Amino acid sequence: MKIHKYDTVIVGAGGAGMRAAIESTKRSRTAVLTKLYPTRSHTGAAQGGMAAALANVEEDNWEWHTFDTVKGGDYLVDQDAAEILAKEAIDAVLDLEKMGLPFNRTPNGTIDQRRFGGHSRNHGEAPVRRSCYAADRTGHMILQTLYQNCVKEGVEFFNEFYVLDQLITEEDGVRKSSGVVAYELATGEIHIFQAKAVIYASGGTGKFFKVTSNAHTLTGDGQAAVYRRGLPLEDMEFFQFHPTGIWRMGILLTEGARGEGGILRNKDGERFMEKYAPVMKDLASRDVVSRSIYTEIREGRGCGPEGDHVYLDLTHLPPEQLDAKLPDITEFARTYLGIEPYTDPIPIQPTAHYAMGGIPTNVEGEVLSDNTTVVPGLYAAGEVACVSVHGANRLGTNSLLDINVFGRRAGIAAAEYAHTVDFVELPENPAEFVVSQIERLRTSTGNERVATLRRELQETMDANVMVFRTEQTIKTAVEKIAELRERYKNVSIQDKGKRFNTDLLEAIELGNLLDLAEVMAVSALARKESRGGHYREDYPNRDDVNFMRHTMAYREVGDDGAESIRLDYKPVVQTRYQPMERKY
Amino acid sequence: MATPVLDKADAAGQPEPGFADSPYITVTFRVRRFNPEVSADAVWEDFQLEIDPKERVLDGLHKIKWDVDGTLTFRRSCAHGICGSDAMRINGKNRLACKTLIKDINPEKPITVEPIKGLTVLKDLVVDMEPFFQAYRDVMPFLITKDTNEPTRERLQSAEDRERFDDTTKCILCAACTSSCPVFWNDGQYFGPAAIVNAHRFIFDSRDEAGEQRLEILNDRDGVWRCRTTFNCTDACPRGIEVTKAIQEVKRALITRRF
Repeated sequence: MKIHKYDTVIVGAGGAGMRAAIESTKRSRTAVLTKLYPTRSHTGAAQGGMAAALANVEEDNWEWHTFDTVKGGDYLVDQDAAEILAKEAIDAVLDLEKMGLPFNRTPNGTIDQRRFGGHSRNHGEAPVRRSCYAADRTGHMILQTLYQNCVKEGVEFFNEFYVLDQLITEEDGVRKSSGVVAYELATGEIHIFQAKAVIYASGGTGKFFKVTSNAHTLTGDGQAAVYRRGLPLEDMEFFQFHPTGIWRMGILLTEGARGEGGILRNKDGERFMEKYAPVMKDLASRDVVSRSIYTEIREGRGCGPEGDHVYLDLTHLPPEQLDAKLPDITEFARTYLGIEPYTDPIPIQPTAHYAMGGIPTNVEGEVLSDNTTVVPGLYAAGEVACVSVHGANRLGTNSLLDINVFGRRAGIAAAEYAHTVDFVELPENPAEFVVSQIERLRTSTGNERVATLRRELQETMDANVMVFRTEQTIKTAVEKIAELRERYKNVSIQDKGKRFNTDLLEAIELGNLLDLAEVMAVSALARKESRGGHYREDYPNRDDVNFMRHTMAYREVGDDGAESIRLDYKPVVQTRYQPMERKY
Repeated sequence: MATPVLDKADAAGQPEPGFADSPYITVTFRVRRFNPEVSADAVWEDFQLEIDPKERVLDGLHKIKWDVDGTLTFRRSCAHGICGSDAMRINGKNRLACKTLIKDINPEKPITVEPIKGLTVLKDLVVDMEPFFQAYRDVMPFLITKDTNEPTRERLQSAEDRERFDDTTKCILCAACTSSCPVFWNDGQYFGPAAIVNAHRFIFDSRDEAGEQRLEILNDRDGVWRCRTTFNCTDACPRGIEVTKAIQEVKRALITRRF
């Protein structure tokens, strides 16, 4: 076992982690621990753009952007945070350009912008061109540019180090972060990283769904590590289903396709979004579009022999425009479906895409242990965190923005905090939990298999807590997850070795997914209203009287060792926008 | 009523795209196995699978790992050709396992899967990527400008200037090109195509002011002049980058000092 000491440790090397690292490395001795090589992170799969009211191509301002973000989140957004997001967006985009990001350009050489779902002129009048983009590879360009700048700044990476535990030490009655425990994939060795500040930037948890745009590696590792240590998770019931995933595979086809003029059609060729969102049509917010698609399918207007999908139609757009603006997604259609998007519509269905909820933080990225108390030395940014700028439904292009604005803020805040404090003493036997977890999995002779449990989890999540939910379906999921968590105790793996044991890795990841799936389902069951990405058929309306509040889920362990989830609630920060009925 | 369950197909694998009646076929995966914890020698191992030919090679590897042999080890993440984790040698050619459909590589015969060449194999299909990333870092893969004052707005760049280096911005650092290059196989000191592609991305960016420095780095004994123009790299690139052309452009810039 090795012990390392750093001022700042960052967990994860996607957009948020690397944006934080660029700041914290300049200010403090920083280590970045990442399960994957940095350039493998799923930020690279983001396509359509990053929102900022640059007003390069038409009138726009950050106040309109703030309003759209609040409305898009169905008023569950903390409005102070949304205002920071929209204001700092402009510098965030300009910073990336200065770092070298190759944005598409307007004829006069400025950064080009395009339309995206839910982004509007003057509080909903009409779609506005706010998304700064690089073809349909904006996330790839952001990931590459941030990695390039990490190389430039000499950021110290520990690649293929998997963080398995958060260390907390109580000092003078205050629970503080003292470091993390990591597992080195190449050797099987366990490393303790003692750090004055720890930033989680480890991404989302979409792999508990089956049809998802998420990478295999998005298993909620950061959320689970923090949650296991008694810290809350906020708004976990809110998960975004992106309207246009490739049918059955879930691979993302950017909303930018509709921003460029693409149209959703049912089996009769009807542009059905006109019925559901007369103004924004195909560019309504994602929760609205995904529900509309499933409504068409349920009412028998879906496409194909089983009527189980609809079409994304790009055939009316000139091939030159598709080649220039949407080269990757048109190639996905060719590669994975054998379809030529110049001439044929693309079969799509909603795909599990983004966790609005996560580790609660304030606007400096500091993690909260309850509604107001900060955990000294602990930070989070990006999809793992919940600031909350996305509320009940995130707008497209606001996540690439979130990782840059709040990744930067967390990096600065953590490094500056590290200057003001000494190291917190490590707990006694800091690796105890991780050692026993690994030993148990490696030596288990149980008869359950990781892949079987994961498939059953994904099936139940898709069937019961996806776009439409009811008390009955959520209860079915809660019961199934409890059963799977019980069976997980008997899970065994075949690879008993130390070197690159990805069999072990997948078993640990499954444990995290099961913990988080339970939190999601339990939080969803208690929210008896429909808001944003959480749609309850038994409670189809938003209920601001009872549910204009964030869910805070805590893990509790009873005296008998029995685990349970305690739900609490946190008020929403409202500043200038009063809740209104949400229409697009 | 719950959200409709759309995939009634195979519970054991990734859902298949295409048509509901698509037939499953039996294929043999012949995988190069190596685990120094078990044996110093690499061996071929055959696995028979029932699989939809429209599925990916990666889906086949997952079926093996998840249902047959959990010790099979490979890297993967996004599963649709964006993250660059799963470059491997499939039927003797470098490809991404997640971007190669079974039907496109003749499933009648055994499908051979082995690690990419020229980098040390650590276990099964996992290689040591460090030398590859070191070569990348050596070409200074970041924008360098000599501004004393940071501009307040974005730097301007015409659409034509942006287009000039578009092709090489697509690189995902999967190493398919570098590990397909016979010069790299014989001499690991050679920068290799991927590093040159990433130097090209900055040399031809109108905003960058360190082109000369990068060209000097690539003028080295192990630089661009080692390229023998075999086009393996261009064939291997899963992103369709014209790698050999980019290398030729760097060579030309070295001669003319114009870029």
